Amino acid sequence: MDFKLSAQQEMARTLFRDFAEKEVKPLAQEIDEEERFPTETLEKFRKYKFMGIPYSKEWGGAGCDTLTYEICLEELSKVCATTATMLSAHTSLGTWPILKYGTPEQKEKYVRKLCTGEYLGAFALTEPNAGTDSSAQQTKAVLDGDHYVLNGNKIFITNSGYADTYVIFAMTNKSLGNHGISAFIVEKNFPGFSVGKEEKKMGIRGSSTCELIFENCIVPKENLLGQEGKGFSIAMATLDNGRIGIAAQALGIAEGALDETIKYVKQRKQFGRPLAKFQNTQFEIADMVTKTKAAQLLMYRAAIAEDEKPRYSEEAAMAKLYCASTAMDVTTRCLQLHGGYGYTREYPIERMMRDAKITEIYEGTSEVQKMVISKYAFK
Amino acid sequence: MNIVVCIKQVPNTNEVKIDPKTGTLIREGVPSIINPDDKAGLEAALRLKDSQGAHVTVLTMGPPQAETALREALAMGADEAVLVTDRAFGGADTWATAHTIAAAVEKLPYDLIITGRQAIDGDTAQVGPQIAENLNIPNISYAEEIKVEGEYVTVKRQFEDRYHILKAKMPCLITALSELNTPRYMTPGGIVDAYQKEIKKITRADLDVADGDIGLKGSPTRVVKTFTKSPKAAGTLVSNLNSQEAADYILEKLKEKFII
Repeated sequence: MDFKLSAQQEMARTLFRDFAEKEVKPLAQEIDEEERFPTETLEKFRKYKFMGIPYSKEWGGAGCDTLTYEICLEELSKVCATTATMLSAHTSLGTWPILKYGTPEQKEKYVRKLCTGEYLGAFALTEPNAGTDSSAQQTKAVLDGDHYVLNGNKIFITNSGYADTYVIFAMTNKSLGNHGISAFIVEKNFPGFSVGKEEKKMGIRGSSTCELIFENCIVPKENLLGQEGKGFSIAMATLDNGRIGIAAQALGIAEGALDETIKYVKQRKQFGRPLAKFQNTQFEIADMVTKTKAAQLLMYRAAIAEDEKPRYSEEAAMAKLYCASTAMDVTTRCLQLHGGYGYTREYPIERMMRDAKITEIYEGTSEVQKMVISKYAFK
Repeated sequence: MNIVVCIKQVPNTNEVKIDPKTGTLIREGVPSIINPDDKAGLEAALRLKDSQGAHVTVLTMGPPQAETALREALAMGADEAVLVTDRAFGGADTWATAHTIAAAVEKLPYDLIITGRQAIDGDTAQVGPQIAENLNIPNISYAEEIKVEGEYVTVKRQFEDRYHILKAKMPCLITALSELNTPRYMTPGGIVDAYQKEIKKITRADLDVADGDIGLKGSPTRVVKTFTKSPKAAGTLVSNLNSQEAADYILEKLKEKFII
């Protein structure tokens, strides 16, 4: 067992940290306050070729391993979780399923543009009545000659309004339940497709989260992704992969909160000495640092499993469950150590606490992760 | 056009600690980076490559771990990397370093050599110009802007109170200031490629240079003593005086401090 990153992974971390500090951190507070999608950061991701980090050079990607990509999300999330959400939804959810299940023509047409950043990708599974119960899809797709006609709506879709392509799930045969769901690649300009209202969120407020509306949306037959009826398994596999990204994000939030808090308790004085000199502070920090390190090991293990094993649902679920609960716990306790100042927007800690909460919810709630993990435990 | 960029791996701090007994730098525990002036020189070379096409070779003299600095340069976009390394080169001062690097550069095709002005761990600003002397080519130091047209390079040189615009025929050597530009980031894919490339190694046996001009033995500089400079208070700026008043003011201050 080797707990060391390779020299190549270390160099990548240096790059991501440097980029996050110089390009992302200065915008974090502003895009949260203004609930503004950071298009300038998206441009920089394109320029510095961050849009297809774990995908092969053959398709315009960077050719890095999964762990390097997750380290990128970790480093970005230390300073701005919103920015990581944009990149993770594009890479793990918007690009991965097309690369994995697409035909050579679909890959040529979409994956290359997604990996080089010409396109921004998104993924749409959730509906008003299909959240955790994602098999209860009400969006319908009916084959009509050389195209499908889609009707229905999706909610809470990350990157919506800015994305060029969306991986969409819809029922092609309701009588088959799960097995009647199919996946499609929908371009933003397809007739009958539109972006609806934007959500006002508690955290990751710079990330775009909207409703998608399909009104007799015409999707060419060749944009069916995988076979008819395979949509649900494509969605689940995509989420296994995406979950490691959310684990990385949650981990980064916890690490970022600790960085800020360690700095704060060294400088903040009460009763004539820095908070860091009080045993309560020391024990809190020790506990949180240990938890965060454990979370990091679970996340790294899942990322390595993705490259080495055909199935990694269990590792991904454990990583997401533990990293998300660590992010929530650590940010809450870090805010407590900040006292009243932590509750103000003068310090980033309240934003980090708000951002942490979503990691326990999206791409499968913590309860869903427990369902997955227990299934393996009882096997 | 062939550009050779000379870089140095340095500890990432401007406050390098010095071992008081040996007078050498304590490098342990300090992360290493490409020297900032050198990185600007590399960026300048990469911009020339982007705008008019060039083959950029990055070269460093150092211990085996200096390879990391070369890989970083490759990940930024350099085409080729050369590590000049041998125990025989250890302990070199600027004289010996310049002799060694010049002998290594002679093994490579070059039209333009770019070095940083000076390294943050030594601050001598000597190695660049000394390499040019050893190669018997023109040298333009302190470059803030570099333009290449045909066989000529035009450089805006920073001076204390003005700029000089200098034109030289290539091959020539330029020393770059970190003010020259903001170096680009590496790219994730560039890092992958950088670790697949082979780094060319040049050792003592490859070089046509006298033993008396390399390593510790070839270094005329002896460090007698090193000490940390005590910080000075900020100076006083007195303006709006004519020359007579200014002279009187200075005299008065000198008398006040019993200097005259």
